[in-house]
Amino acid sequence: MSAMVEINADLCKGCGICVSVCPSRVLALGQVVNSQGYATAVPVLPMACTGCRYCAVMCPDVAIRVMLT
Amino acid sequence: MKTLFERTQGLTDIPFHYCPGCTHGIIHRIIGEVLEELHLLENTVGVTGVGCAGFAEQYINVDFQGSAHGRAPAVATGIKRAHPELVVFTYQGDGDMVSIGLAEAVHAAARGEKITAFLVNNANYGMTGGQMAPTTLIGQKTATSPYGRQSEQSGFPLDLPVLISNLPGAAYVATVTVDTPQNVFKAKRAVRQAFKTQMDGLGFSLVQFLSTCPTNWGLTPVESIQWMQDNMFPVFRIGELKQPQ
Amino acid sequence: METMFMKGNEAVAEGALQAGCRLYFGYPITPSTEIIEYMAKHLPARGGTFVQSESEVAAIYMVFGAAGSGERVMTASSGLGISLMQEGLSYMAANELPAVLVNIMRTGPGLGGLGPMQGDYFQATKGGGHGDYSLLVLAPASVQEMADLTMTAFDLADEYRNPVLILADAALGQMMEPVTFGAREPKRYDKPWATTGAKGRKRNLVTSYNLQNEVGEQKSIYLEEKYRFIQERLQWAETYQTEDAEYVLVAYGTSARIAKGVVNALRENGVKAGLVRPITLWPFPSKVFTPLNERVKGYLVVEMSAGQMIEDVRLSTEGKVPVAFYRRQGGIVPQHDEILEEFAHAFSVGGILA
Repeated sequence: MSAMVEINADLCKGCGICVSVCPSRVLALGQVVNSQGYATAVPVLPMACTGCRYCAVMCPDVAIRVMLT
Repeated sequence: MKTLFERTQGLTDIPFHYCPGCTHGIIHRIIGEVLEELHLLENTVGVTGVGCAGFAEQYINVDFQGSAHGRAPAVATGIKRAHPELVVFTYQGDGDMVSIGLAEAVHAAARGEKITAFLVNNANYGMTGGQMAPTTLIGQKTATSPYGRQSEQSGFPLDLPVLISNLPGAAYVATVTVDTPQNVFKAKRAVRQAFKTQMDGLGFSLVQFLSTCPTNWGLTPVESIQWMQDNMFPVFRIGELKQPQ
Repeated sequence: METMFMKGNEAVAEGALQAGCRLYFGYPITPSTEIIEYMAKHLPARGGTFVQSESEVAAIYMVFGAAGSGERVMTASSGLGISLMQEGLSYMAANELPAVLVNIMRTGPGLGGLGPMQGDYFQATKGGGHGDYSLLVLAPASVQEMADLTMTAFDLADEYRNPVLILADAALGQMMEPVTFGAREPKRYDKPWATTGAKGRKRNLVTSYNLQNEVGEQKSIYLEEKYRFIQERLQWAETYQTEDAEYVLVAYGTSARIAKGVVNALRENGVKAGLVRPITLWPFPSKVFTPLNERVKGYLVVEMSAGQMIEDVRLSTEGKVPVAFYRRQGGIVPQHDEILEEFAHAFSVGGILA
């Protein structure tokens, strides 16, 4: 089973919590700054995502969707 | 493409104004999710206290009343007594509920009001810039305890659920945390249990969430979670302190 | 038509019940306590809900919640309790929540005593809480009016979506007089704004913060225009023998009962006297004074305080007519002869007491 993470860059505030809880190191804080001035989280190892949803469950801004591919 | 996780209908689509990493957002979400799952969105009324979460009515997708600082349990009493068929909950910070609003909280529980109170405890007054609250820890530096809270001068942290769970009118009392995914799932179960307790007419229900405040703690969001685990968990009694018989 | 011999406090409570008051949240305090006792006994028996709160602060916010949910709701207290409710009243005015409050005034400031006084006039009419707002304030002067004005208050509250305060005192609350209750069906008011659960409609929010000052100004202007609209429509006063009066006494509530006797005594002595008895204290009935200002030689204001309503009387005379003042305080009621003496002194009408 492989899954995919989608981060809404407009909602993300670059808090880094999702990065810290992802067991597969899929996520990291990127270089791209959103309209609010935050460097948002981005999937850097998208293939490693197992769909565990930890990132989405811990996101304080409900910025993450997780889908089954 | 099957969805494993997406935004609940229990939340509006307005972005949160909270500081980056503030766990109010997680707490809002799990309340919204439970309200949606229990099909309560159309017959629930929320009451906000005053503080960072005084704007929760912008985000949680139900009818709301905004109370004055500390008085949400009294406002909720008025709503529930006027419309017993509605589910009524308050959403308050520690300054709101444990300091100025302590009498209203204790008496709503003592009367066994069939309402649910959600207390978000981040050990300080967040909105006004990080002042000491009754829940501030011994030694914790805040804008009004600059040398660290001294019990000699300003007493000890107040764990409201311990107080409330001794009241016969309180039917369900729990302290939960939102520091890890596993604990967020547990917190969500406590929210569901609190609403069920209310709907079963068993009495007052209270859920205290230990929550972070990166901005006023002067830590990053991830460090804040660590600080909460290391410092707040030993002080506040975590778990279900009281369950309906 | 049903006539009963009742205390003023009980008449207030019965009037509220007959106006369809469904909930009562309150805290005991002399000299208003018969109201909460009557409600505790009769409200549940008639399908309503009674809750004794832990304080007057909690009481007003329970009223807030029930009012915001669209129900007719009431609380009653004395000056001390009404002081504790001021923040809540400001919140209710800001949220345009209808409810009825009752202040059975006692002596103050501080703990005071249990005697009648009118020292809470400013608190009631000039907004005792924060911000630009007003309560509609009605002043009964008889046990019958304690019932009638309370019933009217519920309609005014719903009509104008604003808290309405009944301002009485210990004498009116404790005295017994016959009261007749007509078969008056309470009016129903549609409240689409109430928080009753967002079923088949958008969410209702009863909140009053204004973070953008531009929005804040609009709301302030809106409330200002609302109060002006009410002031235009609602200026109630009883005028007694003012048609040809050369001197007019001005008094409300218990003071007015005594002043009426003084008018009669003056008339018997050949003095053309009259009485203006304000019934709405906010809005103050200044319109009643306009024609009088053209021909009256003097006003004598009688109050049970250091002089509060007198300021509104002075404003209403536009400086055209001298305003004299007589009062007793601390629970002492102004006496008939004392007022006559003051009248003679103030207006030196020769030989009045001869």
